[in-house]
Amino acid sequence: MKIVVLVKHVHVPETPEDPPFAADLTVDRIGLRGRLNEADEHAVEQARRIACRRRDVQISALTMGPAGAVAALRRALVLGADQGVHVLDDALPGSDALATSRVLAAAVRRLGFDLVLCGAVSADSGTAVVPTMVAERLGVPSLCFADAVRVGVDGADGVDEVVVRRDAGAVGEGAVVEGAVVEEAAAFLPALVSVTDRCGAPRYPSIHAVAEARHKLVRTWALADLGVPRSQVGKQAAATVTRTVNPCPRRHAGDVVRDDGHGCGAAGLADFLAERHLI
Amino acid sequence: MGSVLVLAERGNPGSDMDGRPIGDAAYLSTCELLTVARRIGEPVVVCCGPCDAADTELLSRYGATRVFTVAGPAAGGCTEVARSEALVAVARRLRPTAVLIASSREGGQVAARVAVRLDSAIITDAVDVYPGPDGLVAVQEACEGRYAVESGVRRGTAVITVRADAVQPLRVAKPAEPVTECIEVKSSSAAYGVRVISRTAKPAGERPDLATAPVVVAGGRGVGSAGAFELIGRVAEAFGGAVGGSQAAAEQGWCPQQARIDQTGASVRPRLYLACGISGSVRHRAGMQHARTIVAIDKDPAAPIFRIADYGVIGDLRQVLPALLAEIARRRGINVDDLTTEA
Repeated sequence: MKIVVLVKHVHVPETPEDPPFAADLTVDRIGLRGRLNEADEHAVEQARRIACRRRDVQISALTMGPAGAVAALRRALVLGADQGVHVLDDALPGSDALATSRVLAAAVRRLGFDLVLCGAVSADSGTAVVPTMVAERLGVPSLCFADAVRVGVDGADGVDEVVVRRDAGAVGEGAVVEGAVVEEAAAFLPALVSVTDRCGAPRYPSIHAVAEARHKLVRTWALADLGVPRSQVGKQAAATVTRTVNPCPRRHAGDVVRDDGHGCGAAGLADFLAERHLI
Repeated sequence: MGSVLVLAERGNPGSDMDGRPIGDAAYLSTCELLTVARRIGEPVVVCCGPCDAADTELLSRYGATRVFTVAGPAAGGCTEVARSEALVAVARRLRPTAVLIASSREGGQVAARVAVRLDSAIITDAVDVYPGPDGLVAVQEACEGRYAVESGVRRGTAVITVRADAVQPLRVAKPAEPVTECIEVKSSSAAYGVRVISRTAKPAGERPDLATAPVVVAGGRGVGSAGAFELIGRVAEAFGGAVGGSQAAAEQGWCPQQARIDQTGASVRPRLYLACGISGSVRHRAGMQHARTIVAIDKDPAAPIFRIADYGVIGDLRQVLPALLAEIARRRGINVDDLTTEA
């Protein structure tokens, strides 16, 4: 069984004030200190747990990023991946979600897969759309924001399936209320699953695991190896363009009323909340 | 102006709210999207579920010019794949300027699939969209709301997920009767089949996670005692929100350490943050200052929290909060005791 774990090297701000933007308003992935995205660590751990229970599972960690991103792969290898693949190409910087998912999907296809795992959200962009985009390009089901994952064999058909537990929305007042129900959902393999940080922390790697990881193979692929044209990636291919980035204006005080001990404060507050549809 | 697709999402009509007819509440998020859509084009609603004449009329009041309902296998389950296929089918026909979807976990995934199929730009969790000289401009927040990022679209349709309550829904002056059409969507859903095995509602007592709760009610030193802190819990329950506390409250053991909201503790960004008996030190503010709406109740008129509150009440929270609960119950038309025990 082949599992591919998508991992991302994200920057860690030195102080909360550090803006992660480069001069050209793209997210600066080169300049600042980085680490393997935390949710992706959980994804590698889930892959390792699945591999524990079955025979013949190969776990590949895959990342697309600048040269420093190989650190994320190295960490994934320590946490249990068997090999790493780094897609590195000077045409890639500035790629948007469309291009990133195109490249990742091409690499996953080249590796071959039964299950793709990844963190649900990346710490720097927070958009959570790349996993589903990759699933769409691969033509497989996606089960995102999983809090628990297991792979089993569906009794009726004898086919491998992946089952997840996750929070889901339920129809509530005015709209769908997020996180109102706990859902168990399944899909036949091949499939893609993205995991939250609720699915179980990675074990602290043993010295043996750290030593072994140094001998694991990391391959580097360029766009040419994936058959993705340069014209489809990078800043010049991006469908959106960032025009401005401005610090948000600071808040100003609103109305302040003095309660008279007879409920006028509460009444005024209730009116304020009702106006904003908060009650 | 080009057309703008809006994915309709239907909620429950819910209880009567003062001054608002029942129907509007059912489509609150859709009406917000329609209000945004009107700024940049002709709103066209795509509805995966049932949509009767009353629903169509409601949508027209917020500017919908056309309403598409879906027939075929996709109509059966309103799964994310079915919704994305419906949107793509309509988009291929109308070639809209943009597709608007309410921002949520599922909304993001619908948007992701649509963006890939249309090979178009995707902008997530926009807090504003407006027409600019070179086409639409979408505004997003970055770094926990510290920066506002404005982006334009270079080519094709823009798929945008819009944050809830980014915009107040506004009716149009002269609603026109929308053209309704049913489209057949040949679903390839079988290829993307996700089978739901079970869905279990979370027990009523289980409050939402602090990080994702739409409402957070937090208590501070001014609450006074562990017993009085129960009042905070009741208010949170009435709002369907989570309970938090300041450093002082956590130190006293009135709330667990995980509920401590400050620079080194939990960071929250709810729609509504109710600070009760919290003075609002810099370290506390760091954990909650990006809440959409901040309300403060405290005895001290000089408390720093009032500087960032959208509405403040100077008074004794042990009087104001029960009065607020009574007022909410009155507006919902129920008994105040039922407010905190309703499922």
